[in-house]
Amino acid sequence: MVHLDDNFMKSNTFYIIYILWLRQIKRYFRSKSRIIGSLGQPILFLVALGFGLGPVYAKAGGGDYIQFLAPGVIAMGILFTSIFSGIEIIWDRQFGFLKETLVAPVSRLSIMLGRTLGGATVACLQGLAVLAISFIAGFRPELAMLPLAVAFMIGIALVFTALGTAIASVLEDMQGFQLIMNFVVMPIFFLSGALFPLESLPAAIKFLVNINPLSYGVDGLRYALLGASHFNLGTDIAVLSGFIVAFVGVGAWLFSRIKA
Amino acid sequence: MTADSRISVKNLTKKYGKLAAVDDVSFDVPAGSTFAFLGPNGAGKTTTIKMLTTLVPPTSGTIMVNGFDPAIDSHGVRRSFGIVFQDPSLDDELTAYENMFFHAGLYGVPRVETPGRIKEMLEFVELWDRKDSQTKTFSGGMKRRLEIARGLLHTPSVLFLDEPTVGLDPQTRNHIWSYIKKLNTERGLTVFFTTHYMEEVEKTADRVAIIDHGKLVAIDTVEGIITQAGTTSLEEAFIKLTGHTIRSDEASSAENFRQMSKVWRGASRR
Repeated sequence: MVHLDDNFMKSNTFYIIYILWLRQIKRYFRSKSRIIGSLGQPILFLVALGFGLGPVYAKAGGGDYIQFLAPGVIAMGILFTSIFSGIEIIWDRQFGFLKETLVAPVSRLSIMLGRTLGGATVACLQGLAVLAISFIAGFRPELAMLPLAVAFMIGIALVFTALGTAIASVLEDMQGFQLIMNFVVMPIFFLSGALFPLESLPAAIKFLVNINPLSYGVDGLRYALLGASHFNLGTDIAVLSGFIVAFVGVGAWLFSRIKA
Repeated sequence: MTADSRISVKNLTKKYGKLAAVDDVSFDVPAGSTFAFLGPNGAGKTTTIKMLTTLVPPTSGTIMVNGFDPAIDSHGVRRSFGIVFQDPSLDDELTAYENMFFHAGLYGVPRVETPGRIKEMLEFVELWDRKDSQTKTFSGGMKRRLEIARGLLHTPSVLFLDEPTVGLDPQTRNHIWSYIKKLNTERGLTVFFTTHYMEEVEKTADRVAIIDHGKLVAIDTVEGIITQAGTTSLEEAFIKLTGHTIRSDEASSAENFRQMSKVWRGASRR
């Protein structure tokens, strides 16, 4: 028999987080159609907006639009993948693995952390894939700061996987999904500076952009990949870190209240 | 609670608002017995199982499972039972072996023992040769067998089965019950199950409890219940005790959702 001392329990908690992380990774690499499918949207944005609005942007004196747009589209890929990973809990709750984990002798917190880290990892891989694709579309970033860019990708992924988890913990079923897409996810994306510069916006829009966590993620990515930012690096890191702590906290709390 | 009961329930009540889903229910399940928990849809079976398995806290009353009180030591209770849910709870993207492996990890099965135990249990339910197949390729019966194997991986002393044979053909149902019977007689596993198939109860249950509108209406052996109702079969006794009205299915919204998900998943994944 195993002696259940503190050390064992601790290492066991990490092992459980690892196991739930591993599950997300395995599922990701198994569903090739999902990987390819979720790259479709970023490619469309790069091509349609990048090439479509590029000339107008250049004429307005903004420079190369692809350079500006690519970090935003990378952030978009991460945003959508993260939110979906979190929301997957609703599927799992109705007919899947969630009940199996909820009756296991493990804390809800470790389940939530394992899932969130797994979902965030998947979202980062997706972000890196979009980065690679944006090369083909003509994006030419400075790669010296790539580790910082990856750090921001991880930050964005954590914030929105936790948000997805929080939403999924509250929603009973997928009926409310469309509502969430239209009133949470799309506004987060469009009002983040992913598509347009944040200088000289109307006050109301500016306010919404300023309270949006993705704005700081996109800005940080732009700083890391292009060396230019709207806020500044310190603000981006501080605000994004704050959102990670807050959303993971709220997500964990709501997840602990899920009734099976 | 008597010394040899594996599950002991006293005055158990669960209220949702004013409605009592489970109303002042008491019973004991002796160690090593097979206990059938019957009732029409919406009678309170699933709610009772959820309380016994720590998923839902009772409004009042006490529960002991394998000597542990879920209100005090929920993890002690959780280590004591295995469960096969009414709805499938496998991860379809994972293989049979991986589903087992993840379960072992969650239950803290010592890592050196894990491969041996997985092999033993998969061989027991005759799925070892399919261990590397994703479970989405499995038939309903194979999934159920895998869930039974998984539920036993951490060597629990109680196995909960919530309608384990629903939707399966008679051959598969027979097969599943032969495994369960074997576990009960050879390993002394206590089995707590619900079903709507009365002949399964007649064949396997040592004791039967019938619940209706949240209240226990009968608890006895199969013969005892038939005698008490003055009928010739358990099915007739069941209908006599619970009435002829057709109950609304408590799972109807879950059912709708399942339908929707099939459409969704079908469109997005294949």
